[in-house]
Amino acid sequence: MSTQTIVGSPEQSFALSMRARERILGIASPIVLLAVWEGAARIGLIDTRFFPAPSSIFAVLIDMLRSGELISNTLVSLRRLALGTLIGGLPALVLGIAMGLNRWVRAIFDPLVAATYPIPKSAILPLALLIFGLGEGSKIFMVAIGVFFPVAINATTGVLEINRIYLDVGRNYKANRWKTFWTIALPGALPVIMTGFKLGIGIGLILIAIAEMIGAKSGLGYMIWTAWETFSVEQMYVGLFMIAIIGFVITVLLNELERLIIPWKRG
Amino acid sequence: MSASVSTLSAPLGGPEPEPHKARPAIRIRDLQKSFGKLAAIERISIDIRPGEFFMIVGPSGCGKTTLLRILAGLERATSGSIEIDTQAGSEQPENSMVFQGDSIFPWMTVWNNAAYGLRMRNAPAAVVKERVGHYLERTGLTRFADYYPHQLSGGMKQRVSIARAFANDPEILLMDEPFSALDAQNKLLLQEELLRIWDEQKKTVVFITHSVDEAVYLGDRIMVMTAQPGRVKSLVPVPLPRPRNIIELQKAPEFGELIAHIWSGLREEVQRAREQENDEAQQEKRDKSQQ
Repeated sequence: MSTQTIVGSPEQSFALSMRARERILGIASPIVLLAVWEGAARIGLIDTRFFPAPSSIFAVLIDMLRSGELISNTLVSLRRLALGTLIGGLPALVLGIAMGLNRWVRAIFDPLVAATYPIPKSAILPLALLIFGLGEGSKIFMVAIGVFFPVAINATTGVLEINRIYLDVGRNYKANRWKTFWTIALPGALPVIMTGFKLGIGIGLILIAIAEMIGAKSGLGYMIWTAWETFSVEQMYVGLFMIAIIGFVITVLLNELERLIIPWKRG
Repeated sequence: MSASVSTLSAPLGGPEPEPHKARPAIRIRDLQKSFGKLAAIERISIDIRPGEFFMIVGPSGCGKTTLLRILAGLERATSGSIEIDTQAGSEQPENSMVFQGDSIFPWMTVWNNAAYGLRMRNAPAAVVKERVGHYLERTGLTRFADYYPHQLSGGMKQRVSIARAFANDPEILLMDEPFSALDAQNKLLLQEELLRIWDEQKKTVVFITHSVDEAVYLGDRIMVMTAQPGRVKSLVPVPLPRPRNIIELQKAPEFGELIAHIWSGLREEVQRAREQENDEAQQEKRDKSQQ
């Protein structure tokens, strides 16, 4: 509301052409990079043992798509990511909002969260393997723990940052606890909570790749790891490429979801 | 909890000013509120009649908002009592407040904001529809029912806040400087609108303002408060006929006299409040230089 854009036709056409130029550059830069990479690999400027030509990576990708190996590994990783996000995110949401609303809950859990948050989540993997074994449990747990902290911390912050006057309105209009949660705390904190989920899923993606490299029989992390063991560098790049695509698509989807569930947010 | 009891029966003892008249809608006795050592309000005793449009004016920081927040149940008095006369078996809520500044929920549409109080007390859908529809129409917001607050002007937001309070159908309406943030033209329009809506049912209103003009336009009676700690300085009846036309009112000679009368009392208090502020600032300066 505070910023004003002056919309006149010369400025607008200028802005449009700027945006068009940005978009063209955005598409062109990776293409140019790939072309340079391809050329450099063909004339032997770079070591193809480490940096195989994009065309050969693409060929492997097609093979792996045909065999179904790529898709099944991707689906396995996605499933773990989704379950971990739910299992870690929902309790974090409830706990975080409760901490924001109630000073006693905050007094009890704040030190616990503050003390465990700095532990590198990847360092918990051996413990997770010990407790949950080599199956799905340990992978889902790793994602859950990665999602838990940013969501819980952001939910608390989000609720604490809600303007006090809204809580006064709730009290004056006799909203009970349950209704205060649903009509004030949750929607008021939702923008900050969404940011927490975005961060959390990003961390979850890192952790799932790590978890699948150790003691797993499937998933993109496992795929990358076996590629190292069999020294098929192209397959390794295919795995990295898939993880990048997943991260990108999730970001786009979450931005869309945000626009859908937070219609009062401007822009 | 002694500070905010709602009693159905007339309380025993205590002075009953005019026993043949209806019980007061709000009966405040010896009300006191301190924040630590600081006394915000002191020895406030007033009776507010049912259907009265009761105005409170006072210098800033005199505790008028504190008084209203105690009435709203958002704050507890340190001592003294408030009795609010509610009808036996009535489902009406005791009070609804129109807050100072932006208080409508940014995440709800105009309609859902106005329906908030009714929904919180689980009013039937038909009742919600009828009452919200009515008050949105009365406040000229029908067309904007599906808008979100960020799409509205300041005046429209305050209209939503008023619609929300009226739609909730409380016994008492509490208003905390609802128009203070608006420009002069919008303020005038909303004052007139408020009077028109109020005229329908003549609910008891307790209205805080720092504007003497506003107090006289709207009120049946004006309580002038002293500088901190807030006490009752004077109670001034406003004998102007209703329905009132604010523009016409300004031409009436009684209007000017009333303003002058109230302002002369208020001026001393504003002056005193200012001196207190100066003293505090100097004290702070001294404290700092000593450190």
